[in-house]
Amino acid sequence: MNSKIVLVNILRWFILLFIQIILLRNLSLYSLSTPFVYILFLLLLPFGIPNLLLYLIAFATGLTLDAFYDTLGVHTAACVTLAFVRISFIAVTVNRDNFDEPEPTLGNMGLKWFSFYAVLCIIAHHLVLFFLETFRLTEFGYTIVRCLLSAAFSFFLILLIEFLFYNRKAR
Amino acid sequence: MRNLWIFINRYNAFFFFIIFFTIGIYLTVSNNVYQRSVAVNSTNEVVGNAYTNLNIIKKYINLGDVNDSLSVENAKLKTTLLALQQLDSAKGGTIKDTVNKTQYTYIAARVIKNSVTLRNNIITINRGQADGIEKDMPVISPDKGVVGYVRDVSEHLATIQSLLHKDTKISVNVKKNNALGSLVWGARNSDFKKAYIKDVPNHFKIALKDTVVTSGFSAFPPGIPVGRISNTGISTGDNFMTIEIDLFNDFSTLQYVYVIKDKLAQEQKALESKIPNE
Repeated sequence: MNSKIVLVNILRWFILLFIQIILLRNLSLYSLSTPFVYILFLLLLPFGIPNLLLYLIAFATGLTLDAFYDTLGVHTAACVTLAFVRISFIAVTVNRDNFDEPEPTLGNMGLKWFSFYAVLCIIAHHLVLFFLETFRLTEFGYTIVRCLLSAAFSFFLILLIEFLFYNRKAR
Repeated sequence: MRNLWIFINRYNAFFFFIIFFTIGIYLTVSNNVYQRSVAVNSTNEVVGNAYTNLNIIKKYINLGDVNDSLSVENAKLKTTLLALQQLDSAKGGTIKDTVNKTQYTYIAARVIKNSVTLRNNIITINRGQADGIEKDMPVISPDKGVVGYVRDVSEHLATIQSLLHKDTKISVNVKKNNALGSLVWGARNSDFKKAYIKDVPNHFKIALKDTVVTSGFSAFPPGIPVGRISNTGISTGDNFMTIEIDLFNDFSTLQYVYVIKDKLAQEQKALESKIPNE
């Protein structure tokens, strides 16, 4: 069971990063909306994962992305932020003592919870990402617009992927 | 210590976040040329802004001293300005009339009061006894034409009995044929651009547009242009005729005048006074 989760997550990590780096890296709508789907991996990590491990995984994932995007540190910081938001959100909304479900997937948690969870995490991640990328507040409005449009695009793709695998997980 | 550890452990997510996020930011700034340049620049900007604001405060505190020094400077400049304004380059110097071997000296003066609409007009100038002005000196305008005689003199000012005065008479002649007459004003109308020459003998043929100059028989030096003949047909019924002339100088726009000092005036007067009045 445990090894299966690890295996699934490793597989997911490779697939999502592959998609992100090979495919979505070249995708940009009107140079305003750039989707970042790889964070789905961080969203779908099991509930029971220790905080330190989560941060390390987020850090490593971000670092890997940065290596391919030539933006060392930007994705790292964004992923760490996402990890913090994820921990906080789960701590508030899910009873920690008895995790009914092993993973916070759409099929496990329902559309409402998952949408809220995903939107919060995505926006946190994208805010850090875009503002670190711009690194100045003079283009604040433009950065915010880019950030929110990208977040919408990312959320749409993540939801799409989740629905694709929805049936299989719900069984 | 134990409580602290418990506290950190409970909020480990936050502390981990701080640590990892800091590492992320550090990596960003230290490895990306653009972000580093911005970070350094904005640091400089912040420091620069702080200094600017500090300077503004300092300036404000020093405002009193600055004010004082400015007002002192202002006073100095004003004094200089006044001195410059009152500096009249013509005051000290005199214009030499070399033709008459310096018999006549010109003293420039500024008109400070003038009128042209009255029957008897008086001009006030800014030169007086201190500048060598004496009573009865003739006054001419700088370009062309006569103005009048000095009437009264004070220490620094003088009044001029203008040509536009009923008592002013100036001996003039027509330049072409030396027909002699005396220039008066206001006998027929009060146009300050016109004057009359009285007592011109009838036998002279006077043409229109002829120039009239001073004769030199009155206090004026000879040959100063006065005006141009505009009407000859004024009959008086005796052996003399009256000629109307257009004056060369415009009394209404008079700004500067020359007072003429005649070196020989006293001598002439003294000499002529020996002739017994008949």
